[in-house]
Amino acid sequence: MLRNKTELDRMRDEWRELYKKEKARILVCAGTGCVAGGSLQVFEALRDEVEKHGALITLDLMAEQKKTGIATVKSGCHGFCEMGPLVRLEPSGVLYVKVKPEDAPEIVEALIRGEPPVERLLYHHPPTGEVFAEEEAIPFYKNQQRNALANCGSIDPEEIREYIARDGYQALAKVVTELKPEKVCQEIIASGLRGRGGGGFPTGLKWDLTRKAESDKKYVICNGDEGDPGAFMDRSLMEGDPHKVLEGMAIAGYAVGADEGYIYVRAEYPLAVQRLKKAVQAAEDYGLLGKNILGSGFDFQIKIKEGAGAFVCGEETALIASIEGKRGMPRPKPPFPSTSGLWGKPTLINNVETFANIPRIINNGASWFRKAGTDQSPGTKTFALTGQVVNTGLIEVSMGVTVREVVYGIGGGIRGGKKFKAVQIGGPSGGCLTEQHLDLPLDFDSLLSAGAMVGSGGLVVMDEDTCMVEVARFFMSFTQNESCGKCVPCREGTKRMLEILQRAVDGEGQPEDLEVLEELALAVKDGSLCGLGKTAPNPVLTILRYFRYEYLAHITEKRCPAGGCQALASYTVDPKKCKGCGRCKKACPVQAIAGEIRKPFVIDPEKCIKCGACVKVCAFKAIGRG
Amino acid sequence: MGKVMQAATEPKGLGIAGRRFTKVNEIIERHGKTASALIPILQEVQEEYRYLPEEILTYIAVAMGLNPANVYGVATFYSQFSLAPKGKYVIKICDGTACHVRNSEKIKEALWKKLDLSDDKKTTDDLRFTVETVSCLGACGLAPVVMINDRVYGQVTPDGINEIIDQIIAEEEGEKNAPEQN
Repeated sequence: MLRNKTELDRMRDEWRELYKKEKARILVCAGTGCVAGGSLQVFEALRDEVEKHGALITLDLMAEQKKTGIATVKSGCHGFCEMGPLVRLEPSGVLYVKVKPEDAPEIVEALIRGEPPVERLLYHHPPTGEVFAEEEAIPFYKNQQRNALANCGSIDPEEIREYIARDGYQALAKVVTELKPEKVCQEIIASGLRGRGGGGFPTGLKWDLTRKAESDKKYVICNGDEGDPGAFMDRSLMEGDPHKVLEGMAIAGYAVGADEGYIYVRAEYPLAVQRLKKAVQAAEDYGLLGKNILGSGFDFQIKIKEGAGAFVCGEETALIASIEGKRGMPRPKPPFPSTSGLWGKPTLINNVETFANIPRIINNGASWFRKAGTDQSPGTKTFALTGQVVNTGLIEVSMGVTVREVVYGIGGGIRGGKKFKAVQIGGPSGGCLTEQHLDLPLDFDSLLSAGAMVGSGGLVVMDEDTCMVEVARFFMSFTQNESCGKCVPCREGTKRMLEILQRAVDGEGQPEDLEVLEELALAVKDGSLCGLGKTAPNPVLTILRYFRYEYLAHITEKRCPAGGCQALASYTVDPKKCKGCGRCKKACPVQAIAGEIRKPFVIDPEKCIKCGACVKVCAFKAIGRG
Repeated sequence: MGKVMQAATEPKGLGIAGRRFTKVNEIIERHGKTASALIPILQEVQEEYRYLPEEILTYIAVAMGLNPANVYGVATFYSQFSLAPKGKYVIKICDGTACHVRNSEKIKEALWKKLDLSDDKKTTDDLRFTVETVSCLGACGLAPVVMINDRVYGQVTPDGINEIIDQIIAEEEGEKNAPEQN
């Protein structure tokens, strides 16, 4: 139990000294991605191997550390999920990729003998074949600026002492002992931090509004209901550095005058729930949460609430309803939660990443934070880079970098040498950006002007084979499914829009559909109650704006230019390539192919059900799809 | 309502209904009877029974002093809750954007074919498997992703998922036969 700041400082120094004595450290990524790839088995194999060598090197260290002075710990997500399971060595910074349990002896032996790292396990850059030993030198990381994610992948998230050794809870200690709540709010306002959940509302302003609201009871809520398909930044933060989120929340509690906080986490993130619960327990044990924190008289406790699967609960008023035990439906604003939130009391609600940015702003000052990013969108932002891009994973960049830098610089370009077509940003609330936007800066305002939004930060890259009309249909089916049904524009509007898009994809589109679709989109955008409905038409509107020809081709020519829509595909045999082997005829489930052996075969378009079975069996690539 | 009240007053340990409600009572006691505890209570009850039987919903409402319509409303609002029994293995196919553009649809089709399921029939007759699609599991770097109970499988292919299912079936059969061998 730490009673004051001096004790916290002493503990930090102690642990720092102890960690310095570590000869080497092997960190095995234990984020969801790497665990799925078998990283826990890798961890066990490495630990056994380190223990086996126990007699060779003896170094007295902390009780639970191995005698070799080599600590094997589980870390949070490194972000480079594509290459998992990942193993990082410290202090050398070597990163091994796609590690298997049987690689353990080689890794440990090279480490103990002080030999160069095992080359075959290092990252080989696909375009050049260049080998990178150090994590920071890999192009995927080199172009990033990791701030909120700084500890993710390099500390053990289940060990509070590591967080403390890295200046953890120093910001909390500083505010509760040195700063007045008003001053804390001013510092956050000065930093220009904007809500990382997607809306981009100035965080400091929100804090100050809640602080000024008069009430005997106030709450802080951390929104960890990351429901956007294609986004996993918050999950990685909660799993990889949970204490940073807790510290940010406690600082917020002090600033606004709340003594109770809730973290609302999606039910789909069991590992995040488990790590957060452990972190809250550890922080309470050390007196960094609970009553009279560090002897300051400030009380703050945090509870974890698990969601039950409803996308709309990412909306703040719906989330509050859900914590209260009701159906998670939004209500009209105002009153805003800052005046009437949880159980009618003033409530501050911020996103996970927003809270994770707070401790460093307090420690380093607002002007430090402003060094990264643009004037209107300062700081760094995490993005989940996925889809048809070479390197997928979790990234953090300075706001204002261009789409090109992200897709090509960090992402390494499009898979399989295909052509870039679009990048979908901001999930079902955002929009699709095209080649003409490659040099658009990624910040709140530039994206809004292009019809998209930062959203929670999912970046899904699409190549030339992706049909944009199908993408629009996909997002519409998502929002239609997740519409809570409270307001008519969203409930009925999304349904009718989905029907129109479904018709287009099925090749049954009508010429008048386009006009109705656009009208509906604007009505849903203007008339819906909450953010879900207000932003649901964005994917459709941007696709109609930038890929109109593709939509028209579906309607007027009944053709899918990208070749993605099964119902609009047509298969033909190229008589020049066909050797007349007859394999396609055998493969066709509906006897739509006819012909004589050693002569070109023919597909009857009337009978063809467009299953594509013939394409798969043809050895001469003679069957084309149009 | 009469039926429910009768079940509630049934002596402990007598009949199936009595035993089941004892468990529910325990869960309610632990969380307390405040409205905000409703969702965690439903989550735990569902974990116990693998679904939310309708008579238990009414029972919870009466025990907590809530309107049964409210409890039913909450139970049907969230996708996590199921009013129909689910299989021992709940297979969640991720259909988030990243998985969708990397062909998650094909995995669903392969599973449906393998387990003889469809959009209308999500659980196998032997209550072993339930197949459902979810919007995003947040493991987009590994797309396409499938989650079976709490375990995540990345970069799944239609052939790969068939192998995983075969393995589960083999393990299940093994467990069933094990006592006989002893």
